[in-house]
Amino acid sequence: MTGQYETVIGLEVHIELATKTKIFCGCSTEFGGAPNIHTCPVCTGMPGALPVLNKKVVEYAVALGIATNCRITQVCRFDRKNYFYPDNPQNYQISQLYLPIARNGCVEIETPSGTKKIRIHEMHMEEDAGKLVHNEWDDTSLVDYNRSGVPLVEIVSEPDMRSADEVIAYLEKLRMIAQYLGVSDCKLQEGSMRADVNLSVRRAGTEEFGTRTEMKNLNSFKAIAHAIEGERMRQIELLEAGKEVVQETRRWDDNKEHSYAMRSKEDARDYRYFPEPDLVPVVISDQWISEIKARQPELRPEKIERYTREFDIPRYDAELLTESWKIADIFEKTVQLCGKPKKVSNWMMGEMFRLMKEKGKEPEELDFSPEHLAKLIELSDQGAISSSVAKKVFEHIFAENADPEKYVEEQGLMSVSDEGALREAVEKVIAQNPRAVADYKGGRQKAFGAIMGQSMRALKGKADPAAVTKIIREMLDAQQ
Amino acid sequence: MEILKLTALELSAKIKAGEIKVKDAVKAALDRIKEAEPAVNSFVTIDEAGAYRQAEIIQEEIDAGRMTGLLAGVPAAVKDNLCMDGILTTCSSRILSGFRPAYTAQAVENLQKAGVVILGKTNMDEFAMGSTTETSCYGPAKNPHNTGHVPGGSSGGSCAAVAAGECFGALGSDTGGSIRQPGSFCGVVGLKPTYGTVSRYGLIAYGSSLDQIGPVTRDVSDCAAFLEAIASHDPKDSTSVERPDYHFTGALVDDVKGLRIGIPKDYMGEGLDPEVRQAVMEAAAVLKKRGAAVEMADLGLVRYAIPAYYTIAAAEASSNLERFDGVKYGYRAEDYDGLHDMYKKTRSEGFGPEVKRRILLGSFVLSSGYYDAYYLKALRTKALIKKEFDKAFEKYDLLLGPTAPTVAPKLGESLGDPLKMYLGDIYTISVNLAGLPGMTVPVGKNREGLPIGMQLIGKPFDEKTLIRAAYTYECATEKQYEEVVLDINTAAKEAE
Repeated sequence: MTGQYETVIGLEVHIELATKTKIFCGCSTEFGGAPNIHTCPVCTGMPGALPVLNKKVVEYAVALGIATNCRITQVCRFDRKNYFYPDNPQNYQISQLYLPIARNGCVEIETPSGTKKIRIHEMHMEEDAGKLVHNEWDDTSLVDYNRSGVPLVEIVSEPDMRSADEVIAYLEKLRMIAQYLGVSDCKLQEGSMRADVNLSVRRAGTEEFGTRTEMKNLNSFKAIAHAIEGERMRQIELLEAGKEVVQETRRWDDNKEHSYAMRSKEDARDYRYFPEPDLVPVVISDQWISEIKARQPELRPEKIERYTREFDIPRYDAELLTESWKIADIFEKTVQLCGKPKKVSNWMMGEMFRLMKEKGKEPEELDFSPEHLAKLIELSDQGAISSSVAKKVFEHIFAENADPEKYVEEQGLMSVSDEGALREAVEKVIAQNPRAVADYKGGRQKAFGAIMGQSMRALKGKADPAAVTKIIREMLDAQQ
Repeated sequence: MEILKLTALELSAKIKAGEIKVKDAVKAALDRIKEAEPAVNSFVTIDEAGAYRQAEIIQEEIDAGRMTGLLAGVPAAVKDNLCMDGILTTCSSRILSGFRPAYTAQAVENLQKAGVVILGKTNMDEFAMGSTTETSCYGPAKNPHNTGHVPGGSSGGSCAAVAAGECFGALGSDTGGSIRQPGSFCGVVGLKPTYGTVSRYGLIAYGSSLDQIGPVTRDVSDCAAFLEAIASHDPKDSTSVERPDYHFTGALVDDVKGLRIGIPKDYMGEGLDPEVRQAVMEAAAVLKKRGAAVEMADLGLVRYAIPAYYTIAAAEASSNLERFDGVKYGYRAEDYDGLHDMYKKTRSEGFGPEVKRRILLGSFVLSSGYYDAYYLKALRTKALIKKEFDKAFEKYDLLLGPTAPTVAPKLGESLGDPLKMYLGDIYTISVNLAGLPGMTVPVGKNREGLPIGMQLIGKPFDEKTLIRAAYTYECATEKQYEEVVLDINTAAKEAE
């Protein structure tokens, strides 16, 4: 039954911009901190206070607009969106309706059936609201305005997505672009990236859109995927039962895996938008746009090209290493430190990805320093540690950003490279295993492995296997 | 020597010459306030201790030769919609009861830097909405010339205070005539600068795109000096403009030869009190005699100004006043059931009827489905009105006319018929819509002894031509302010 329906999804994505100060005042945008510590008369809506636009916000929004192939509105304006709620200190939000900063863009996503274009309707700048804290004990609500006035960009897509996978691919793409540009860290858990999902279903093959609902409160990719699946099924069931889908805003509860109606179209708010008279129009000159373009950092396609060309690493590796800005950043920094791109790539493609998968770590959560990986590669190349020790050390770099030099020293993992010590150890093994020695001499190559294994064990794995092999051969050959 | 008879400039000169102490000037003003307040009610907050404290500091600065400005040591007052650090600031509204801002409006700070002592806050129409100062939650201010009449509004308290000799100058704000109309009714000089000249930071907004702070003074020279003190480019106000020249006292020149002055025909027609008409025409004749070329002029769209103004100002006000919700500061209803009930009760109890009327009007014109028909149309009308002025200013250096169609009405006459009250703003409102500078200068009184004002309207950023023309007029006639100071004595006695 569900196969006969097509799901149509459009997204409103909020991205918190990583400026140091708020959009309309000089307060810090730092996350957390004691309540109302990052506030002033402007971001707490005091009477007589006036907003002053932070130019950096415009630059970041323009950079995002350019990177998503939008047309920049060169004379854009702010509007007031009026609604009463205590987290909104002026009871209006300064946003953009009539002349948003960017319009008509698109990004490409990869789907099983190939590359797909998702169109962007518009992108606008606005201020974030504060946070309400409910005190259950004395039944009061308190407001924290630290987040009030933190700059946001809202990116409104066209209804071009058809599945949860496409939605996630689109979000990942936006996140990657924003992170590459350095305009946002896009952490869903901290709310610096948020998505509202507009979804409708229609019978496969029909042109006309069905009635859509909007779902809010989605703060992880998992919740988004669940909410899409849940809402799709709910709408199909309604239609199948001969009922109608009601245009409304719904709230997704990820714990209960169920959405609840918040308000219907009839009680849709009338925001009474009008041009913000306290701000003058923002004029974005051609020159300003070219300056922003010139400062635009390298995006993923260019990075992939450069990695294969400059570092001579396989295209597949380059693609994986650039999938997240964070990983590309670690890669480049490490290469810069040790000058061995292939080795760095091998470590990251092998051990790092393995551990990420094993520990369920997202690229954004990687917190080891490139210096430590570079040092590890050096130690390993110098033969100071064996490859098995190196892998063990990397696990500690990955988990607690351990300094490999210190760690190796503290744990006594340095390779035994003193020839005398190696000979002593091998000599002992040979003396204790006359049977294996005899077998080897009798032509059974397998016996060599046993001697090798015991020697390495005796050396606690801290020796270069090649050096040990050489010594064993020399000694056995000398006995003959 | 009678301190209270001096202008601000004269007083400051004597203070700097060591003839008068700042604290004596402050005491003279405060004594006068105590004497006149029962009759005029022009002040809502008097900061006696603060005034003496400021006086002491300023006196020290003057004695040390560090403070030499034109207004050093002058006691003045500011309208209650201008924020002052730690001083009760209410816009004469119950909803802001108990509100003490943690910051000072830039214009007030500029005055303080110039060595002006702030005596207190003046009465006003609630949130500057009204033309009589009768919508104040503190009760109406009265016209010092006849306390049975209103002082005008909304800066009625500032104008009455200056007229009554309670201070040597005051700040008002003007969104549609709120400095000029009460200035005219009270027989004082008032100026609304070009939009963007004085920072609005710390001015509690009514109609943000129209609001400007300006001086109310005893004569034209004081007006130029106060404007010079308060005007500044302020990065905290995005609509503030950096002007190349702030030397307004440089325009105090007794000469209008060759100045082209137009009197808009539509300002002299129907609805204009004949006595007002006569006084304004006589004033124009004075300027003509001094060498100006004066003629009747065409100015289109005059009658569209009022509907456009009340649409735009109400729309902006409906949004500006949303922040007064009982959550953060000011008044909160006592008994309520949940958030929405708290909002409803707080705002119902906190705002007066005129403010509610404008919030409703403003919310309506911004509603979806009506936005284009009302708000957008009003914005277009505003742009056309500006064009009409541009056209007139191709022919004239300034426009001259009455400030208001009548003299001050009796107390209680206006509020019952708001439409009629709105019509009283017909000559002043278009100046705000076009963002131009406008000034009122007293040009005499009617038979009952109520003052009449002449309005001068200039090109954008051309306050200097207004000041020059007003100063020339003043030099050619008898100065008005001394009489005003004397008049209050009779008024106060009448009130007793």
